[in-house]
Amino acid sequence: MRQIVPIFKREFLGYFRSPVAYVFLIAFLVISVSLAFSRYGGFFRAGVAGMESYFTFFPWLFMFIVPAVGMRLWSEEKRAGTVELLFTLPVTTLEAVLGKFLAGWAFLALAVVLSFPMALTVGYLGDPDWGVIFTTYVGAILMAGGYLGVCALTSALTKNQVISFVLSLGVCAILLFLGFSSFTDTLEGVLPMAFADALANFSFITHFDAFTKGIIDPKDVIFFLSLMGFTLFLNVVALER
Amino acid sequence: MIEVKGLVKTYGPKRAVDGVTFTVKRGDILGFLGPNGAGKSTTMKMITGFLRPDAGTAKVDGVDVTVDPVAVKSKLGYLPESAPAYPEMTVEEFLGFIADVRGFRSPDAKAAQVDRAIKLTHLNPVRKQTIETLSKGFKQRVGFAQALLHDPAVLILDEPTDGLDPNQKNEVRSLIKSMAVEKAVILSTHILEEVDAICNRVIIISQGKVVADETPTQLRARKPGARIDEIFRELTRGDI
Repeated sequence: MRQIVPIFKREFLGYFRSPVAYVFLIAFLVISVSLAFSRYGGFFRAGVAGMESYFTFFPWLFMFIVPAVGMRLWSEEKRAGTVELLFTLPVTTLEAVLGKFLAGWAFLALAVVLSFPMALTVGYLGDPDWGVIFTTYVGAILMAGGYLGVCALTSALTKNQVISFVLSLGVCAILLFLGFSSFTDTLEGVLPMAFADALANFSFITHFDAFTKGIIDPKDVIFFLSLMGFTLFLNVVALER
Repeated sequence: MIEVKGLVKTYGPKRAVDGVTFTVKRGDILGFLGPNGAGKSTTMKMITGFLRPDAGTAKVDGVDVTVDPVAVKSKLGYLPESAPAYPEMTVEEFLGFIADVRGFRSPDAKAAQVDRAIKLTHLNPVRKQTIETLSKGFKQRVGFAQALLHDPAVLILDEPTDGLDPNQKNEVRSLIKSMAVEKAVILSTHILEEVDAICNRVIIISQGKVVADETPTQLRARKPGARIDEIFRELTRGDI
């Protein structure tokens, strides 16, 4: 497992060696903050010293923005032929998968954490519940990992970044919509109730919600961690095939 | 050093490599010849552990690549065809990454290995340049430096002189020759003169099968007076 370190380092610094990192970070922060200030977010109008209006958009925003980070993880290596270089170095597939995934995750976590001026603003204007803000950050970072797991997997399936982006967008959208009552109601009409309920449990929104209310429920944490574990396992299988 | 026994690889209905067997000793420079698509690269990729053979084994220094691929990978240096490298990294950063993965973690050991590889391949003028801005010849040398970095006992080079100008070709050849004394080297090429220039053994592969395995002199003796490309054409007729 020692080999994870150099792979992580190369991948993480790789974001900053090209304009990708800067464009991504700026776009992410501008979009997320302007959504919070928009009429749909109502950051000021709500009159509450909290960050709920900032984080409500995260499941949506991640649906577009995480595939943008994840699509290059493997597609780029396959297109450039560097995958042949990587896998003729003394590295196991698992080490490569973990190193790359953790680098992408750390980058997304950085993007989420860079929204700290929003938290400072809230603290300056009022007296927020810092515990809730903290759990929301934890939830957002875990959710980013879940999304990224899916994107890393779809990226390993193709050397075309566009296909990788569209595939991961589709899978993430399904995982997102499973949490909406209108969507699950339709499902309940077709499928047995218990099955539809079970499906709804796979939604990002259902599991992210508790974090935004200040609760770290082990079952939500386990959901995101096991989603990552499962997608990374499939990722290894897809690469070894 | 390298023992290849009955390697087979099938892509769909096509048998790309069909029972290739040969051995390479220390001090050998083996020229791997064959028309495009004859299975040269595929064989090399199986020896390096990048592709899993459908049947057969390849042993490097006594270690079977299908059993312990990581151990084999740490023993060999491999230059893939067209020398892929991460374009956004500088030469120094890239070789530093390779040194990291190859187990040279302390800053001193890493710098020493990187400097050595840069010196051997004459990359000093471009060491701070990103790889995407390099010319083809320099890129090829970066791939070379990457393969040599840990001073491996076995070198596998897929078309090392492809795309180089005549001077660079000469330089690469003398580099390979100078290193070969204590190493086992396999290099693939479709330049026949190259075999004469540096190899002490030739394997010709056609339609996935070995059709000749001998010294360049023996190859020539097959048809006295004929040019080497005539002999080559005769042996690989099945591929045309």
